[in-house]
Amino acid sequence: MIDLIKRYWRTLTRPSAYYSLGFLTIGGFNGGVIFWVGFNTAMEATNTEQFCTGCHEMRDNVYQELQPTIHFTNRSGVRAKCSDCHVPHAWTHKMARKMQASKEVWGKIFGTIDTRDKFLDKRLELAQREWARFKANDSLECRNCHQFQSMDFTRQGKRAADAHSTALDRGEKTCIDCHKGIAHRLPDMSAMEKGHER
Amino acid sequence: MRRATNAILAVVLAGVTAAGLAASAGVEKHDPLRGPVRIDEATRPLPLATTENKDVKRTRSYPMQPPTIPHSIDNYQIDRFANRCVMCHSRAKAAESQATPISVTHYTDRDGNFLADIAPRRYFCDTCHVVQTEARLELTVPNTFEDAETVVRRTQGQGKPPLKKK
Repeated sequence: MIDLIKRYWRTLTRPSAYYSLGFLTIGGFNGGVIFWVGFNTAMEATNTEQFCTGCHEMRDNVYQELQPTIHFTNRSGVRAKCSDCHVPHAWTHKMARKMQASKEVWGKIFGTIDTRDKFLDKRLELAQREWARFKANDSLECRNCHQFQSMDFTRQGKRAADAHSTALDRGEKTCIDCHKGIAHRLPDMSAMEKGHER
Repeated sequence: MRRATNAILAVVLAGVTAAGLAASAGVEKHDPLRGPVRIDEATRPLPLATTENKDVKRTRSYPMQPPTIPHSIDNYQIDRFANRCVMCHSRAKAAESQATPISVTHYTDRDGNFLADIAPRRYFCDTCHVVQTEARLELTVPNTFEDAETVVRRTQGQGKPPLKKK
């Protein structure tokens, strides 16, 4: 085994005997570009609504619930798709999230939520995981579109302006603290602490 | 024979025509729910009115009236899993949300026992509490309701004594 590694190391550290420097540099550059584009295209494909709703677990549960909400149907026709809220937009964080999401492939293979009842039983755990993620990154995926600096309190309802100009402004609260269950139905909240929150 | 048949046919036809006329006269009547549109014509539905969202409390028409909701409740979830209204209006959350806390009557069961949480029979808020829309006044259904105070004041103004129990 060690011999094998040594042999490869020697090959890698020796100058090339057959290929020209131009071929290796330009070819390597082009190969890198092609690989990079292909990689990103494949990853973007996993960010589409079509991909997310390709499995019945997502299509029959959360996707159905999303459709009557303001993030799917609204007066101005702007729509947030699954990945807008559930996948970070910055590249490194996106990669980290995609690696975590490989667990979902495991769940799909072993049918963790392959029936409605299983999904409802598991829903609190799934929701809490997502709430914790939003809480930890200060509701980054909300703020990708809803920027605090751009909010006009005079155009908001009284309740909204009161909450946004105080707790949100001071950073005591983040979007997800109040806006749970806006894009999907809530899990069984009675299992959470009394007072029906958090 | 043929003449007799023709006569019968004529009578039947006349009857059918008369019945048809009567029916078309009925068509002229309007269904109050559909507005002034003939029954055989398609209605032009009124535009949907938006929900009033001003957060200003409205007068109750009578003391026992469930207060109307002064804000929109689109997509509020009220089912066995969660109750969106209670998330702000519960006793514990009222201080933080500054929402009107739920009345104590909602914590009593039908035997008059006070419970720690909302009584199941009072759980579904929108059975009694409803939003109001900004529908134009001429589109609302007219009614002659007057609250008790108005009635009392009016009768007193006319020199009649207020109603007394017998």
